Amino acid sequence: MKQPTTRTTAQPGAVRKAFSSPLASVLVIAVTVLWTIPTVGLLVTSLRPKADVASSGWWEVFVHPNLGFENYHAVLFEGGFGNSAGLMPFLVNSVAIAVPATVFPLVLAAMAAYALAWVRFRGSDAVFFVIFALQVVPLQMALIPLLQLFSGGAHLGSVTILPALDLRGTYAPVWLAHTAFALPLAIFLLHNFIAQLPRDLMEAAIVDGASHFKIFRSIVLPLCAPALASFAIFQFLWVWNDLLVALTFAGGTPEVAPMTARLAQMAGSTGQRWELLTAGAFLSLIIPLAVFFALQRYFVRGLLAGSVKG
Amino acid sequence: MPTDLVLANSAWTDATIKFGNSAGAVAGFVGILLVIFFAAGRAGGRFTRPLAITVMLGPAVLLLGIGLVVPLVRTVYLSFYNDDSTRFLGGANFGWALTTSHIQEVLLTTLLWLLIAPLAATGLGLLLALLVDRMRGQAVYKSLIFMPMAVSLVGASIIWKFVYEARDPSQPQVGLLSRVVIALGWEHPPNWILSQPLNTFLLMVVMVWVQTGFAMVVLSAAIKAIPDEITEAARLDGATGIRLFRSVTVPMIRTTIVVVLTTVMITTLKAFDIIRTMTGGNFGTQVLANEMYSQSFEQYNTGRGSALAVILFLAVLPLVAYNIIQLRKERTVR
Repeated sequence: MKQPTTRTTAQPGAVRKAFSSPLASVLVIAVTVLWTIPTVGLLVTSLRPKADVASSGWWEVFVHPNLGFENYHAVLFEGGFGNSAGLMPFLVNSVAIAVPATVFPLVLAAMAAYALAWVRFRGSDAVFFVIFALQVVPLQMALIPLLQLFSGGAHLGSVTILPALDLRGTYAPVWLAHTAFALPLAIFLLHNFIAQLPRDLMEAAIVDGASHFKIFRSIVLPLCAPALASFAIFQFLWVWNDLLVALTFAGGTPEVAPMTARLAQMAGSTGQRWELLTAGAFLSLIIPLAVFFALQRYFVRGLLAGSVKG
Repeated sequence: MPTDLVLANSAWTDATIKFGNSAGAVAGFVGILLVIFFAAGRAGGRFTRPLAITVMLGPAVLLLGIGLVVPLVRTVYLSFYNDDSTRFLGGANFGWALTTSHIQEVLLTTLLWLLIAPLAATGLGLLLALLVDRMRGQAVYKSLIFMPMAVSLVGASIIWKFVYEARDPSQPQVGLLSRVVIALGWEHPPNWILSQPLNTFLLMVVMVWVQTGFAMVVLSAAIKAIPDEITEAARLDGATGIRLFRSVTVPMIRTTIVVVLTTVMITTLKAFDIIRTMTGGNFGTQVLANEMYSQSFEQYNTGRGSALAVILFLAVLPLVAYNIIQLRKERTVR
């Protein structure tokens, strides 16, 4: 039995020690407070009655507490901006967009990553690098052609390759766009993980006569559950928070547009009603914040997989 | 009360139908895959490998082709045409972009964003990463500073719009920033969002607010990965404080710093939500990503919009090339 060395693990880094002082603590606390205050202000404002919001700053609430959930009811079901019917349909759209737009790319990327890592073929490295490079295509570049493709189909001369799909008023274009845009990063991250699975395990399964499909389903998927989970959170937040894809492929109508699109409209419209806008904004934060605080560890792991190499 | 109930009822019906569609799509997708997997799994012999490659890689490659590769080529093509893509213009759209004074301003503002926001977020993130690790309750501080990452840029913009709200000094203040500077003795603070060029910097603050937590978390992980032996040895050689930081910590995490800078830069370059929500690009705050959107989708000039998208792409290209070079280096090391 080897004795574990206690010295290195127990001792904190000297740099960190050098930086730690009461002054450092004060600085960190100050930044944390600064970082949190704007969100607290939003939350407090969203709970105050309309008259209070218009006539005094939210910090007054500590002197005259007067809070309730009326704004939330108003903004969800009554609208209050023009003749719209409230945020409820948009909130529903956000969920209805985000869940499939998380599942689709995750499954497709896992399959592709497995094929690139374990069913290797000539040129699979090249395919992998091309996919990696596609990460950097700005979405802005893909929007117009993709929109034209959905509305007009694809033609080569007079030959129709793909007929025009009438997808207006459905979620399909948004799902498709999110799936395509998410694939490069998803394949890259999952490939890194799947390629590291033990070779012996894979070979043993093949010797036992399992097909690639069976290996994928019964070995790869369960083993890379942590990686799938971290990417799923990442993708969910990304889709939930997206504005650009939503504006382009879903417009701003209650049928398909998500919260972000409606909120951006509300924020831009004149004659601001802060009590409603802040309640709406906080509604759009609740789900991502809940996901974030509940699954923070996985989320961070997902981030690190992409940015700290080695 | 009755009207409320009716509204709520229709809202729930609406929700049920929409969630049904969404769940149906997921179920259908998974179902089709299961059938294909079952069928393809039965096929044996020499078709096994090609079949596996086609079925597993095919959908992703097809979608990437349709969603990214073809659009990329097509945008470059469109950028040489007029507003409804019927007349070839040569480089006129690019000429327009580089010579119009409005677009020049936009490019300058974009450049300012690229230089300042990523550096500020990364710098502050690095400082916090160094300071926070030794503190008690560091998880709480880290979570709170990291929290804006979970907030949409639209949500963040509304939060900050509220901070920057300005009113006549004689009236009770609603915006936090005005309230604070008035309390500090500045009697007539400006209308923040309307004052140029101050407003551009105030919008950058929002981006820094969102991205600093990301930089902090990633850099803190990198600092923790530095072997203690190295810092110990440097300390025995007499290095302390700032010097230790400069000559040991920074070189050891240089790669990570560059990766963080690149990531924040790409986000900054592509993000248009903040400007769209807070000023709509008015008052001299417009950036390339938003200008591209309004050219294409509000003024319906596909050619000019595409040309701006190409310029955006060319601006990201060096960052990408750098990342690929790094990745290949790592692959050869492994």
